[in-house]
Amino acid sequence: MDNSAPPLNSLVSVRHLSFSRGDKKIFDDISLDFERGKITAIMGPSGTGKTTLLKLIGGQLHPGQGSVTVDGQNVHLLRRAELYNLRKRIGMLFQSGALLTDMNVYDNVAFPLREHTHLSESMIRTLVLMKLQAVGLRGARKLMPNELSGGMARRIALARAIALDPMMILYDEPFTGQDPISMGALAHLIKSLNNTLGLTSIIVSHDVHETLLIADYIYVISEGKIVGHGTTAAIRQSASPWIQQFMTGAADGPVPFHYPAKDYIDDLLSSGKRY
Amino acid sequence: MIDNLQNLGAQTRASFNKLGRGTFFLLQTLSGTLSVLLRPRLLVNQLYSVGVLSFLIITISGLFVGMVLGLQGYYTLSRFGAEETLGVMVAASLVRELGPVVSALLFAGRAGSALTAEIGLMKATEQLSGMEMMAVDPMKRIIAPRFWAGCISMPLLAALFSAVGIIGGQLVGSGLLGVDEGAYWSQMQAKLDFQDDIVNGILKSIVFGFITSWIALFEGYDAIPTSEGVSRATTRTVVNSAFSILGLDFILTALMFGDH
Repeated sequence: MDNSAPPLNSLVSVRHLSFSRGDKKIFDDISLDFERGKITAIMGPSGTGKTTLLKLIGGQLHPGQGSVTVDGQNVHLLRRAELYNLRKRIGMLFQSGALLTDMNVYDNVAFPLREHTHLSESMIRTLVLMKLQAVGLRGARKLMPNELSGGMARRIALARAIALDPMMILYDEPFTGQDPISMGALAHLIKSLNNTLGLTSIIVSHDVHETLLIADYIYVISEGKIVGHGTTAAIRQSASPWIQQFMTGAADGPVPFHYPAKDYIDDLLSSGKRY
Repeated sequence: MIDNLQNLGAQTRASFNKLGRGTFFLLQTLSGTLSVLLRPRLLVNQLYSVGVLSFLIITISGLFVGMVLGLQGYYTLSRFGAEETLGVMVAASLVRELGPVVSALLFAGRAGSALTAEIGLMKATEQLSGMEMMAVDPMKRIIAPRFWAGCISMPLLAALFSAVGIIGGQLVGSGLLGVDEGAYWSQMQAKLDFQDDIVNGILKSIVFGFITSWIALFEGYDAIPTSEGVSRATTRTVVNSAFSILGLDFILTALMFGDH
């Protein structure tokens, strides 16, 4: 992964990226490539900065070092207008859905179309109904976001994310907190949208089972480093203890169960201090 | 001792830092003005929720403040046999001071806190972030219309407050206590100066509207995106707005009426 030139077919390439929050290093010199037309998953324990990585790719955060290139453009060197133009071609599905709570489902999906195009209302109606049909929620168009279940909210947000026919969708923990049925429905949707619309998908997730079902290529991140990467089949068979711990869900291993602390016995015996 | 000094230093730095962020926020908001003009619909919606929905609290409070002024003014003025000037006293107090100040305080409590909570929750639920990723600038789409709605509503609400207050004073003064109705209005008409009293009062309320909207929106935008963070930000909006309104009122009064 140290080759500096990205492979020809990668839509997004991250090079020697470092990012810190205060004194804490979130990423330490990582490089990743996301191939066009494929579903690439970034997996790792919670708190490893997977969402941060998506925000770096989307240009919402600036890296300490390194670069992120999306479709040949260095995201962090773009001017504001250029960045916004790039973002029109990127859909992002937030963990919470991030639907606008003062609008109903229909208006939420129509929102990007109304903001960025000059289409007539009848054209917008056709497009919105098509997008809602794609996620199976055409019948829910009059509901308000607070009337939706978590899974429905995410599917609506997905319909909104594809409203402008993007080239790429970033998924932030799409499966978290979903019941098995909506998890399956979402996994199926992500896969079929990717294939029928010719998208490139980046999924950040710690749900091993669903992610392995749909991903073409996987990166496993832990403590700011890439601890393993490969095709889904290769990851399944990997001998790396990091990956094995993550895949099998063992409580202790290379990722320790305990948050760093001083010695337990010493800590119990040291009296006089409150903490 | 050293600890205390360090704390003081850290706090001072934090407040300057916040002042800087606030100023930057204001500049970004002002740069979104053009897009508000291009999409008046967004402004109208906000004028409704910021201004029109504050109508009731302003009207009722104005009425009661005016009635109290009528009572208090009458008792004091009648000792000197000057109860005929009740109208001047009520109107001058309202137009110069109480109208702009009290309506701004009420506005901060009613509309300002609502704005902070709304923006803070939009931040907490990733709606602002989501908009940015949809290439929609939240400063232009969300913040700027609310800011201008606040700036426009405030002087109108203050004028309403004063007008209703004057009627309240008249209800008590002439209706209850027997001040001559003609004297109430004609004295007011003769003694109140358009430039000195009315224009200065309007200027005050414009300044208060500006500062209250700025504080409310910035606190929401700068809130820590948790339920506790939003609740603290809402409190800060009301407290900081109140301080700013009262402090600025003193400065503005000194500047406007200082040479009399």
